[in-house]
Amino acid sequence: MSLTEKAVITKKATREAFGDEIVKLGKENKNIYVVDIDIGKSCKTGEFIKQLPNQHVNVGIAEQNGAGLAAGLATTGKIPFISTYAVFGSLRMAEQIRQEACYPNLNVKVACSHGGLTPGSDGGSHQAVEDMGVYRTMPNMTVIMGADYHSTRKLIEQAANTYGPMYLRFTRDAVPMIYDENEEFEIGKAKQLKDGNDVAIIANGDTVYLALQAAKQLEEEGISVKLLDMHTIKPLDRNAVVECLEIGKIVTVEDHNILNGLGSAVSEVVAEEGKGKVKRIGIQDRFGESAPYEKLMELNGITIENIVTSAKELLN
Amino acid sequence: MKEVSVAELQEKAIELRKTAITMIFEAQSGHPGGSLSAADIITALYFKEMNIDPQNPKWEDRDRFVLSKGHVAPIQYAALALRGFVSYENVYKLRQYGSPFQGHPDMKKCPGIDISTGSLGQGLSCGVGMALAGKRDEKDYRVFAMVGDGECQEGQIWEAVQTAVKYKLDNLIVFVDNNRLQIDGFCEEIMPLQDIEKKFEVFGFETKRIDGHSMEEIVQTLDEVTKAKNGKPKCIIADTIKGKGVSYMEDICSWHGVAPNEQEYEQALEELAGGLR
Ligand SMILES: Cc1ncc(C[n+]2csc(CCOP(=O)(O)OP(=O)(O)O)c2C)c(N)n1
Ligand SMILES: [Mg+2]
Repeated sequence: MSLTEKAVITKKATREAFGDEIVKLGKENKNIYVVDIDIGKSCKTGEFIKQLPNQHVNVGIAEQNGAGLAAGLATTGKIPFISTYAVFGSLRMAEQIRQEACYPNLNVKVACSHGGLTPGSDGGSHQAVEDMGVYRTMPNMTVIMGADYHSTRKLIEQAANTYGPMYLRFTRDAVPMIYDENEEFEIGKAKQLKDGNDVAIIANGDTVYLALQAAKQLEEEGISVKLLDMHTIKPLDRNAVVECLEIGKIVTVEDHNILNGLGSAVSEVVAEEGKGKVKRIGIQDRFGESAPYEKLMELNGITIENIVTSAKELLN
Repeated sequence: MKEVSVAELQEKAIELRKTAITMIFEAQSGHPGGSLSAADIITALYFKEMNIDPQNPKWEDRDRFVLSKGHVAPIQYAALALRGFVSYENVYKLRQYGSPFQGHPDMKKCPGIDISTGSLGQGLSCGVGMALAGKRDEKDYRVFAMVGDGECQEGQIWEAVQTAVKYKLDNLIVFVDNNRLQIDGFCEEIMPLQDIEKKFEVFGFETKRIDGHSMEEIVQTLDEVTKAKNGKPKCIIADTIKGKGVSYMEDICSWHGVAPNEQEYEQALEELAGGLR
């Protein structure tokens, strides 16, 4: 694990990772398609459109149609990436994705920017608090959110090369770079950032950086932390959670409703194993509102301080 | 309905434009293009046509307005601020924490918003529900709605349209802000709408086509369609220009959802002071 100081301060939105990676993938494989829904600009598909127009479709403002069309493409062996915002990609087309992608287990990827609270100023209508939870309950679906630019690129690459319906969620805003570009990631396998034995922190997406800072702070106070980046919440890396039960104290952190996201998924395993304690940090089952992203995170207690406090509470 | 001259309305429409641009400039975020294309219609509705009471925004018998293309909230907020539904101070608080002026219209936070919108294609159905309730309750209120032309690519728009026809909602007046642009480009390139007026017509609406920046035409057409109690919902296709009133924004796709910088803002105010060309 290489965590250079330089890498930590550089920021990039993970929607940029989609824009960059999909061009590379599309050039390598003519079956990769992008289905835009009139927000290509914002979802960073501009370069793909320019370089690979024959692998691109824009259905206009018509999410449900886009989802069905993608399923149709998939039946012919193409690998469509539907590109829109998380709210629309998880909810407006939810039933189309269920009936025409998950139920028949087709190779459709739903690739969404504006995950969680990252579209701060747009307000509650545009902040997806429940998207990963919606897709987590659909059979056959895989649900992924990378922590930073490089890990997101790697996960997108793997998604393209792995059969099945998948939901990939990106940030609108720039988030710190944590990994260097040679780091490897595997869908369904947690990435261990730190090993420790007093408390475990399991985070995903834009909260991994916060968890990392919290872990450093805890270590300075002599508390040993095991830290996992759980980029795939489904299928969940059950073994990785079970291993945390040797410590028995787990804090989960996510930019998603505490219901039915990462915290719920981890808690299910912990409950079934019958040992251990979990504290969930995430969106407090409420809608967002217009405010800077950082402010919204603070309102929900998704902060370095709260991760530190929650870890200490578990220790006492 | 208020007694107000076309000239006064034209002046008011300029004030609304300035207010919306100020809001977006202060927030450094928001959607100027579609706010400006909608400005004249919004002005005619809020300052002449609609029976509304700023002191009693939830008055049961009021006319309703549904901004189905909710991203242009700033122009509706401008109308609400200048009409006294909320204090003018909020103009400086667009998209800020705690503000009634959320990024997209929020009926829980802002007086005068009849329904929360922001996800395209959904608002019109809510307007149909309001109009249907008006009929069932034998009330005289009217429901005005505005949809974007790009928004008409959503299938739900047409589901709402067929329902309005089935229930003979002649108390529903839909404006299509036909500015020919959406986010990724011209509608004609992204997803051609074909003959939008004919589409509404064959679904069973009574349709009109107007210059959406001619205050005379807006006022006159509203007068006609609101009088026609003929069992048909009404659709007014308003041909407009995205960014209307600010030269460098007019017809330019990239002004859909970005804020002007200081220099651009000054220029916008200056140009608007000279009125519409
Ligand atoms: C369901 C949904 N999909 C996508 C968007 C993102 N979006 C916001 S504005 C817009 C374009 C709207 O075009 P149009 O209806 O023509 O409005 P106008 O040109 O007046 O701005 C899009 C796609 C959205 N708000 N809702
Ligand atoms: Mg338009």
